[in-house]
Amino acid sequence: MTLEPRLVEVRKNVLKQNDVLARALRERFREAGVLAISLVSSPGAGKTAFLERTLTLLHTRYKVAALVGDLATENDAARLARSQAPVQQIITGTVCHLEAAMVQNALDGWNLRDLDFLFIENVGNLVCPSSYDLGEDLRFVLLSVTEGEDKPLKYPTIFNSADVAIITKSDLAAAVEFDEVLTRRNIQAVRPGIQVLKLSAKTGAGMPDFLEFLERLHPRSHRAAAVAK
Amino acid sequence: MHELSIAMSIVDLACEEAEMRGAPGVDVVYLKLGPLSGVVKEALLFSYEIACQQTPLEGSKLLIEEVPIVVNCPVCRERRSVQSTQSLCCAICGTPTPEILEGRELMVTAMELRP
Repeated sequence: MTLEPRLVEVRKNVLKQNDVLARALRERFREAGVLAISLVSSPGAGKTAFLERTLTLLHTRYKVAALVGDLATENDAARLARSQAPVQQIITGTVCHLEAAMVQNALDGWNLRDLDFLFIENVGNLVCPSSYDLGEDLRFVLLSVTEGEDKPLKYPTIFNSADVAIITKSDLAAAVEFDEVLTRRNIQAVRPGIQVLKLSAKTGAGMPDFLEFLERLHPRSHRAAAVAK
Repeated sequence: MHELSIAMSIVDLACEEAEMRGAPGVDVVYLKLGPLSGVVKEALLFSYEIACQQTPLEGSKLLIEEVPIVVNCPVCRERRSVQSTQSLCCAICGTPTPEILEGRELMVTAMELRP
């Protein structure tokens, strides 16, 4: 009998539990035919305004709903409810990001087959949310023109984890001398090939293109069927 | 700062593995950490000590191996390292390469169990 320490191989992902839940959610979204999109950005980049506008515009033609994560308040849910779409607040307490289990709990009792689009607004944070898969089909990272062109270089991990980048508050671009070319170059440096859209939720500029883009993504949309042909 | 919750997940995972193998405790946990995991090494080491308190892992060490980003370069058609996390281009030919093969690791690879 030996009293030496024993070295054993493990090879397990630390976030295995979250990954298992996220995979189950993704499968649930797929089966229900709902396109799940999560939004990540720094605090104040305009996620809620963007989502309110998007829900309002989509609401007339599609069944849409949103989950919205926040540390403490239900203010965002109250704002988003003005769009008439079902909205569920997830209060994370001191947790600085959403996890798959929180999404699963928030969706308890929901019939996802009733939905075309589900938006999941993460807590405003460009660091922690990058580690957690929420089961979303697509992750949108938002970057407002007021934030500085080098933000993608400062937070490469979250930009790299995203599927689409959206430049928000384009109506303020001139006032802050926003360098769009440089910003796009920085986004592409950390996530080569990513699609970048630019819009203003306030004026509505760029929203029609964005909606068309969303419709093309949806598995049940006529446009998607047309593209597939 | 989500490293404390990550550290607690590591402790849970290690406790479970130790128990499964009938070990009374753990001396060392080996962790592979990629630059795209979203986890900061220093913050994790700091949090680990706190997360271990009053668990079978109390007094154990976390040994972190930082692994580089590896991409599949479409031009070289080879596994390549990148210029930097800020520039995901093939380190050899400079082609931007979105296909990441390694670099997101946050994995417990091994443990030293107390006899």
